[in-house]
Amino acid sequence: MRIAPAQLLRFLGARLLSSAVVLLGVLIVVFALVHLVPGDPVRLALGTRYTPEAYDALRAASGLDRSLPEQFFSYIGHAVTGDLGVSFRNGQPVTTTLLQRLPATISLALVGLVVALLISVPAGVYSALHEGRVSDVIVRLTSQFGVSVPDFWLGLLLISIFSVTLGLLPASGYVAFADDPAGWLRQVTLPGLTVGLVAGAIMTRYIRAAVIDVASAGYIRTAVSKGLPRRVVVSRHIVRGALVPVLTIAGIQLATILGGVIVVEVVFAWPGLGRLVYDAVAARDYPLIQGAVLLVAVMFIVVNLIVDVLYAVVDPRIRAA
Amino acid sequence: MSITEPSVSPAPAPAPGRVKSWRLLLANPLTVAAAVVLAVVVLAAILAPWIAPYGVNQIDVANALTPPSPAHWFGTDELGRDVFSRVLLAGSTSLTIAVTAVASALVLGLAVGVVAGYAGGWVDAALMRVVDVMFAFPVLLLALAIIAIFEPGMLTTIIAIGVVYTPIFARVARASTLSLRTSPFVQVSRTMGTPPASILVRHVLPNIGGPIVVQTSLSLAFAILSEAALSFLGLGIQPPAPSWGGMLFTAQGFLAQAWWMSVFPGAAIFVTALAFNLFGDGLRDGLDPRQRTIIEARQGQRRRERGLLTRRDTISREGQS
Repeated sequence: MRIAPAQLLRFLGARLLSSAVVLLGVLIVVFALVHLVPGDPVRLALGTRYTPEAYDALRAASGLDRSLPEQFFSYIGHAVTGDLGVSFRNGQPVTTTLLQRLPATISLALVGLVVALLISVPAGVYSALHEGRVSDVIVRLTSQFGVSVPDFWLGLLLISIFSVTLGLLPASGYVAFADDPAGWLRQVTLPGLTVGLVAGAIMTRYIRAAVIDVASAGYIRTAVSKGLPRRVVVSRHIVRGALVPVLTIAGIQLATILGGVIVVEVVFAWPGLGRLVYDAVAARDYPLIQGAVLLVAVMFIVVNLIVDVLYAVVDPRIRAA
Repeated sequence: MSITEPSVSPAPAPAPGRVKSWRLLLANPLTVAAAVVLAVVVLAAILAPWIAPYGVNQIDVANALTPPSPAHWFGTDELGRDVFSRVLLAGSTSLTIAVTAVASALVLGLAVGVVAGYAGGWVDAALMRVVDVMFAFPVLLLALAIIAIFEPGMLTTIIAIGVVYTPIFARVARASTLSLRTSPFVQVSRTMGTPPASILVRHVLPNIGGPIVVQTSLSLAFAILSEAALSFLGLGIQPPAPSWGGMLFTAQGFLAQAWWMSVFPGAAIFVTALAFNLFGDGLRDGLDPRQRTIIEARQGQRRRERGLLTRRDTISREGQS
């Protein structure tokens, strides 16, 4: 592959810079979160456990007794080194708690993505190559169903069918993959299907559009008019051309899933980040909320950055733009 | 959108004529079906207090968990409340929240996007970085963070959903404004000394309507889903007020005993979101110039194939304009 290094470096630099700017904005928003709370967040978090001593201790521990600029720079300084403060509830370091929960969410998201890809790639490509036919309309309508279905309802329906009625799969719970791969698979099937079916529906639409876009490009017409068999045009030209947009869609969808599994985790009692955020919001544990929101946003930014960079490496046209 | 055709006779081989937008909408049975469903949903939501057969919190423990029957179309819940009446009333709350939230997002996003797109330069750069930052947060996570700041309830839900969907409108409005800014009629108006504010109101706003209308319909679908998710998590509409999400949360405990408790509220969310999505898709096909051209070309081709593009057809089209 021919890569002009200077151009690529310039693109990478610009892209990194804009990610850094967004990251700074994210940090500001996350920092502001606890300061936007009407009333005293420490007082709210303590609730019935309030004593003047506990109040002063928590306030000092979370740094809320210092001036605002001081707090901000200290927050950023600590966040960069991976220190996200301590939980209002149990005094545990937020980073430790987040890292404990991350594997469950990542495993669920990856299973969801695999399910989504297994559905959306064949469906999207097939639908695009049969644009306007009845089969295309059916695929489009089905994907619309998937986009419109509330994921938690889909989860409940799957539990009703596969756990309650058929008794085939567990309705909730979690086993780490490292401890018991077979048990993990049984546990992850229903939540993974829930996440994957919804994500797959969204991806089908994008993949269909991407393939149609590629199929209408000039070089495809050239390939067809020079007499290449349809099979060759589809496999060598269209599918390869659509690979880059499909990868982009998969990357973005992975980031979306990572941030969007909250409700599914609650339905299936899956001990991931989403479930953690949910509990943290209910408990008004602001450092934990801040940490989780920051982590998910950073994952989103990083995944997007990786996707863009890969895109630029693969497709020289992006760099020139 | 009618274009007056010159009444030259005999008519030259006609380019595919402009079809009126509403005709394109009517030509798609799915769009028509979606519109009818939406009309029914909205009507039911408005009339809910009058047509609901029972009070939403009318407890009747003797008849708890009874399956659907002529007396209770959707059955009763664990307290003997009529599920049909609750689904109706919840629909009115859900639609109110979705419409208010999306309307606020529309106004705010439109203002930001149009100003950014028209002003360009540093104003554009600054506003769009803010939008980028907001995009880095997954929808539900951002909404949860906002709810963590304020008390859960209807107003907070509206604010959360409104904030979350503002950046999307900003991007759509900016993209359309950018392409309009360089269009000849805006350029001419500017050379004539029309103040920017009048150009924005008189020329830009009326011409970016299409994409914005489409985005509104799609956003309403997602707002319905978001509100349901938040209420499911117990962070949206607070019980005992009925909400589709809240009803599903309760239903989770009765999956084995009362399927109707989970099926009907979920179906209500699904059908409403689906109708908004399908209607939005139909609008896109009808309003997007690129899509229009494709559809018109296809219709023309189909007519030619049927051998109908004869003098009769030309006459009837002339008659329309």
